[in-house]
Amino acid sequence: MTVVVKNLKLALPPGGDRAHAVDDVSFDLTAGKILCVVGESGSGKSMCAHALMGLLPDTVTAESGEILFEGKNLLSLSPAEWLAFRGRGIAMVFQEPMTALNPLMRIGEQIAEMFEAHGLLTPRERQQKALALIREVGLPDPERAVRAYPHQLSGGQRQRAMIAMALALEPAVLVADEPTTALDVTTQAQILKLIRDLQRRRNMAVMFITHDFGVVAEIADRVVVLQHGKVVEQGTADDVLLRAQHPYTRALLAAVPTLQPPQRTPLPDRNKAVEVIGLGKTYVSGGGWFRSERRVQAAKDVSFDIFRGETLGLVGESGSGKSSVARLVMRLIEPDAGTVRIGDVDLTRIGGKALREQRRRIQMVFQDPFASLNPRRKVGNIITDGPIAHGIDPAAARKRAGELLSLVGLNASAMERFPHEFSGGQRQRIGIARALALEPEILVADEAVSALDVSVQAQVLDLLEDLKARLGLSMLFITHDLRVAAQICDRIAVMQQGAIVELKSASLLFAAPEHAYTRELLSAVPGQTSSSKAA
Amino acid sequence: MISFIAQRIAKAIVVLLALVVMNFFLIRMAPGDPAVVMAGEAGAGDQLFIAQLREKFGLDQPLPVQLFLYVKGILSLDLGFSFRQQMPVSKLILDRLPATLLLTGTAFAISLAFGILFGALAARFAGTWADTVITIAALIFYATPLFWVALMAILLFSVTMDWLPSFGYETVGAGYTGLAHVLDVAAHLILPATTIGLFFMATYARMTRASMLEVSRLDFVKTARAKGLSDAVIQRRHVLRNALLPVVTLAGLQAGTLVGGAVLTETVFAWPGIGRLMYEALLQRDYNLLLGVFVVCSAMVLAFNLITDLVYRSVDPRIEFAA
Repeated sequence: MTVVVKNLKLALPPGGDRAHAVDDVSFDLTAGKILCVVGESGSGKSMCAHALMGLLPDTVTAESGEILFEGKNLLSLSPAEWLAFRGRGIAMVFQEPMTALNPLMRIGEQIAEMFEAHGLLTPRERQQKALALIREVGLPDPERAVRAYPHQLSGGQRQRAMIAMALALEPAVLVADEPTTALDVTTQAQILKLIRDLQRRRNMAVMFITHDFGVVAEIADRVVVLQHGKVVEQGTADDVLLRAQHPYTRALLAAVPTLQPPQRTPLPDRNKAVEVIGLGKTYVSGGGWFRSERRVQAAKDVSFDIFRGETLGLVGESGSGKSSVARLVMRLIEPDAGTVRIGDVDLTRIGGKALREQRRRIQMVFQDPFASLNPRRKVGNIITDGPIAHGIDPAAARKRAGELLSLVGLNASAMERFPHEFSGGQRQRIGIARALALEPEILVADEAVSALDVSVQAQVLDLLEDLKARLGLSMLFITHDLRVAAQICDRIAVMQQGAIVELKSASLLFAAPEHAYTRELLSAVPGQTSSSKAA
Repeated sequence: MISFIAQRIAKAIVVLLALVVMNFFLIRMAPGDPAVVMAGEAGAGDQLFIAQLREKFGLDQPLPVQLFLYVKGILSLDLGFSFRQQMPVSKLILDRLPATLLLTGTAFAISLAFGILFGALAARFAGTWADTVITIAALIFYATPLFWVALMAILLFSVTMDWLPSFGYETVGAGYTGLAHVLDVAAHLILPATTIGLFFMATYARMTRASMLEVSRLDFVKTARAKGLSDAVIQRRHVLRNALLPVVTLAGLQAGTLVGGAVLTETVFAWPGIGRLMYEALLQRDYNLLLGVFVVCSAMVLAFNLITDLVYRSVDPRIEFAA
């Protein structure tokens, strides 16, 4: 046993939602094994990781319990002992590789700093070790990568650099806090494989924190499930994934969407709600007297229809142009070429007042429920602003806002409160109510459930499905998550580098993907074998 | 990088020429005929003399020709002639420029060095008495008018304590040479430089503090802690370096205005610099001189903007020279 966590209790500052971030938590980390700690946001999983590194926020204190590392209780270490221990005994990889690296320092310097912090090696040797580590984690062109700054690498490459850094001092334990959450699905598959390989080669104990059961199925030897700071279930991966005992674990597993699209009734000869023909958009940056322009083609001859009452999915990796297409369809940005028709109105040919009047017909639900609502305005104002701008009587708009809030499962009293008083899932419901207030025919949902916990995500997906049926909405649903797409979309368009490479019904796409890129995306979705076992 | 600098200099020249043209029309818009004003100042008002003046300074030419001559003059660094001082404007300015650069340069260095130092200290000890003292002191110096601080400094250090000279660039008639001269100028420099420096120091201290506190919440600082780096190294290498980026921007903007911004201080301390020259030119309606000072100040602002951009690019690798 490399690390034994025994009855750990971490106290939160008084006056919060609960008294303890982590309450009576026990688990072991074993050399050569990966322990996945699973839970939704606020479950205390990150706190456990930070306690292992002695990096708890000042306001959180270890009340009781112990963390034994090779027999020594880490909670009793002095600050100086912690300095010597961090990075050497236990090293950590963080969620967001862009912000976890210092933007002003070269990758090589940041890796070499590991040795410097512990007074090891000469500067020359440190650089050589950094290069060797970069080779080990499979960064392309290691000589160049050593000298690169973080912004010059892609997300996956940065995470490889972070892992190289964590491995530098050959720690016995690697703590990985959601290391693949910010990555695309194909990159995630590569990083998971890398962590797996390294852990085996070096016989490390790994504590892998995630909210994604697909990832758990892919990588875990043992699993700990946390809820509100307490361990509700613990066991081998198979035990937890296939024979879950606790109702919370079962609920979490049930909330994971499967890759099998449900049977959908075909939509016979519906009218087209949206017609997109040959959309093109190229972003040009730079350009001036002395320098050449940089061009990024975000949309290349993109064409699709959305029928009345249909949900069309737009899937692809970051940078594939999904969000640009959404903005083009809403005409939030101007296309270089092509036409967007809503019913019989050509949205790309009108402007000014005519365009503003048409805007109510197509509304958007955004990804980030925190950033998309104005924090200084009450929910009631947020929902009624649009209708009032379109000439609805304020009293009638407020009455309607109350109805909409109950439609999305919130109390009408929410109108008098500010967005920060709600949870992420509730805010996303407010965002949906806001979009619906204008009685649109089409909803554009841009990664609308990506920021939500899996159980909340399932609720919001159900809500969208229900509203769509009840109000006869059409939906353009943008997501990077193929599981979500499988559940909610009638048809799915796969985007790569600004172009649609495949567009067909959801069931057909998952059963018989044709394009190589579609197949690559599908095979990269984590946890496919186990989740089908579980289902 | 070379092409970047060339491009920026080319742009700066265009901006400078636009300013010169504006200056030119500014002087034409001034009430009255410049020749009449000049003749009046020379004490003779008869038509023949005025006509001679017009001819001498090209004022009888059509406006486009005059503009051409003016721009041509400026391109060959000829800023015109000051009739009050009976000297070319460029010589007047060049005589005064070193004193101003010495004063503002010193003030700038003092304010940056101590501003960043105090800001970093306040951030490091945020919430303690040291932070409170620094923050309050910064607020006071930031809010107090420069000329008042200058007068109080003279009262305290020159009049009451008699430690430092109260005015001028050097002790008149002392004829110091070598090290004695340097020390003499330095003694004269302390009060005005510190007075200007205090104000800017307060700005930099407040900005450094706020920026460091913001940066220390970022993820990569956590990464640095997870490496086992000591707090001192983390603060210096990871927090301070990133926190200085906005300070560099602000300092660059202010450096350009330092030349013209020393008017009040130079006047109070009778410092023989550009600021006081501008003040005198204004009182004496010496338009050519005034406009010459404007042109030089504009050129300074443009030059400092270019330097700031270069510095910024050298400290932040995310900004490419091509972009």
